[in-house]
Amino acid sequence: MKVTVLFFAALREQLGRPREELELPAGVSTVGGLRDHLRARGGEWANVFAPNRPVRAAVNQEMVQPVATISAGDEVAFFPPVTGG
Amino acid sequence: MKVAIQREDFDLGAEVRAISRSPKIGAVASFVGLVRDVRMTLEHYPGMTENAIRQIVDQAAARWQVLDCTVIHRYGELQPNDQIVLVAVASAHRGDAFAACEFIMDYLKTQAPFWKKEHRTGGATWVEARTADDEAADRWEK
Repeated sequence: MKVTVLFFAALREQLGRPREELELPAGVSTVGGLRDHLRARGGEWANVFAPNRPVRAAVNQEMVQPVATISAGDEVAFFPPVTGG
Repeated sequence: MKVAIQREDFDLGAEVRAISRSPKIGAVASFVGLVRDVRMTLEHYPGMTENAIRQIVDQAAARWQVLDCTVIHRYGELQPNDQIVLVAVASAHRGDAFAACEFIMDYLKTQAPFWKKEHRTGGATWVEARTADDEAADRWEK
């Protein structure tokens, strides 16, 4: 299934891209699973998605936990803890 | 209820007057956040930002009497002393206006997708989230 993945702030800069259209491999069906999948690319991906890095996620613009499921066509975003206000 | 995410500055007086017109309104509480001492760039997640703030305003309106409300948050390049954020809540009495205003601000700090990057001599760094902000939002759960 195909999803759009967005990256913001420090993640966007470190990964050198704001977005990516991605075909998920079979077996990746949650936000946590997608994070593991991206970390496995190695290099900067391994740093950005290291288990001890605080990374937040949203699916279709709603903040979610790692157990949240992903469906075809979803917009999944990864970003650091927010610092507005 | 008005939620605006914009580059432009805002006028506190005009915004407060705009939500003070009904004769039912006896109190308007407002908060303005300013850039402290360093130039910064604010990034946000267009679309999600507006939705996240609207949900926070809805939660406040479910807990307190909110007759009208305006939230404005700026993004882009900001200089020291610039206004960043406005939360203004209109109610019949001050208790609801104060509480709803503080609640919206506390949740905005931890739930609205904004990120600050500070530009100092020596380089630019992303601001780290503060646990004190999480604690400020958490206390409303109790």
